[in-house]
Amino acid sequence: MIPKSLLVGVAILLVLVVAMGVYLRHMRIRATETEPPTASALPVTPPASGPTETVTLYVADDAAGILRAESAKIPLPGGREQRAESLLRALLRIYQQPGAAHPLAAESDIRSIYLIDPGVAVVDLNAALADHHRSGILCEQLTVNSLIQTLAANVPGIQRVNILVEGKSRDTLAGHADLTEAFDVTTVEQAAEQ
Amino acid sequence: MLLATFALLSASSSADEKQLSVYSSVAIYRLPVLERNGHDYVGLLELLEPLGRVSSETKGQVLKLRYNAVDAEFLEGKTRARIRGQNFDFSNPVLIENSRGLVPFNSLGALLPRFLGTQVNFREGARRLFIGDVGIQISFKMEASNPPRLALSFTAPVNPTISTEPDKLRMIFKRDPVVSPGSQSISFDNKVITQASYSETNGDAELDVAANGALMASFSNDRKTIVISAPQQTPTGPQNPAAIAPFPTTSSNTLETGSNINNSRIAAHRILAVVDPAHGGDERGAALTDSLSEKDVTLGFARLLRHELENRGFAVNLLRDADTTLSADQRASTANLGHGGVYICLHAVSEGSGALVYTALIPAEEPSKGVFHAWNAAQAPVLPLSRTVSTAIVAEMQKRKFQVQTSSASLRPLNNVVMPAVSVELAPGPNGVSDLTSANYQQRAAAAIADAIVSVRDRLEVQP
Repeated sequence: MIPKSLLVGVAILLVLVVAMGVYLRHMRIRATETEPPTASALPVTPPASGPTETVTLYVADDAAGILRAESAKIPLPGGREQRAESLLRALLRIYQQPGAAHPLAAESDIRSIYLIDPGVAVVDLNAALADHHRSGILCEQLTVNSLIQTLAANVPGIQRVNILVEGKSRDTLAGHADLTEAFDVTTVEQAAEQ
Repeated sequence: MLLATFALLSASSSADEKQLSVYSSVAIYRLPVLERNGHDYVGLLELLEPLGRVSSETKGQVLKLRYNAVDAEFLEGKTRARIRGQNFDFSNPVLIENSRGLVPFNSLGALLPRFLGTQVNFREGARRLFIGDVGIQISFKMEASNPPRLALSFTAPVNPTISTEPDKLRMIFKRDPVVSPGSQSISFDNKVITQASYSETNGDAELDVAANGALMASFSNDRKTIVISAPQQTPTGPQNPAAIAPFPTTSSNTLETGSNINNSRIAAHRILAVVDPAHGGDERGAALTDSLSEKDVTLGFARLLRHELENRGFAVNLLRDADTTLSADQRASTANLGHGGVYICLHAVSEGSGALVYTALIPAEEPSKGVFHAWNAAQAPVLPLSRTVSTAIVAEMQKRKFQVQTSSASLRPLNNVVMPAVSVELAPGPNGVSDLTSANYQQRAAAAIADAIVSVRDRLEVQP
């Protein structure tokens, strides 16, 4: 004869097991619902946050063959490297607008910028910027000069700029502008003045 | 000793090489004539490329070629080809080597009109091919002065290589479409200058003037006239050998123009211009149109510039004369080793208009190690002179109504070249991108560059 207390205990355990199973299923469904989608349509780079500042962007004009200094108000984060990245992204946005005087591919982006003491900036462009760049001495040089002068004008202390593409050294931007050597900021500025 | 022997053998082998000279209003160029199975052949692509737009495709034994709007098909080892939808029979089989079509040399006179739609004058024995009415005529005028003078008048400027031998002055026309004066030999009723004889061989025309004594030559009339005369005898004292034989008997010279004639060793004043058609081979440069590559435009443009510079008395080293791949380092090394006086790199672009002239954007120069410069800043010491050349080119192009800008660019191999160096990027003219392949448009630009180089040649001569 099975004692009554044992039957009651087993019955309670069974109820608990069923209840826990139901709760576990409920939790799994919730976890699935809150999981982010694997392919996000959101921008990879978070928008810059920080106080809005007035900066000078050196914007290329293909027809005139020059850079024009333009003031812009953009939010700039506190860190020097993040500030530099935000600056150049603001510059690229101008080139990605319809009817831009120096059009660049819509997917063009700055992957990252490293500031190395003393005074060296390493600008890492994404492949789309270089691979879809128009080929020609003037338009390539304007892109390079525009990036360098915008950086130098707004991030104090930069004397030399190295340009990489997808983290690697590349011979030319699109067949002409040599990227194998660091650019001397003063030389680029003097050339622009001439 | 071994090196000297090798050099001699190399020179001899180069001199023996068979060459075809092609003269047209678009381009003047030379091609190697290749011997296969006991017969002479030339590369069809190389022959047509300077004259128009050429594309070709090889599939197995079949070579399909398109020249402007003319389609042709060739079969390896066959004597029959299809051109403009019609049969064409060669005397010997067509050969295909490395996707390159070789056609029998002796068929060129009949073959080319099928492509060009115009008659050609093919002098097979002399290996000279004239396309259109490009021949330069010669006329002779003997002046019975004392000393006597023989004036040779040409219908266009010429630039022969001139050398002297005892009792003879020899002029070799390598790039001038000079044609026979009618008679192979002309005798003069003169005791000093006795005879002129004309001959053609291996792509060259040669004019020899025989005399009883030494002769000297001078150019005038914008290089359309060459005056040959006996030098004045020194009235007193021992004879001055330099006056009697102004040109070393073993030398080969191109003379200065008009009143700038210098009877000393003129070869020492001849400047080597290095002309570099950018891109080439695997590196096609910018896609100017769907079917037009920058590398093809730069090559045609460079050939015209070579001609213009040679017409002005420069020696020219064209860094590539075919669709070959050259690295920036190879270009700079070749230019530097040749001790050129000026380096001109040619580019083309489909945007903008006119031309853009660039000098090097030199990075911060690393400290020099004795006489050595950093490779990426080798241009630094001559950069001011490069800017002078650039300014001169801008001025000459503006005279010819080109829209032109000048700037600095990080463009290799400008930084690595030790002589004055510029890059000229040819942009479309008033007719758009089609101007980039227009011989007239390129010719105007090339003439402007060549005139600019002439205007600064005194500065170039003082370069080490």
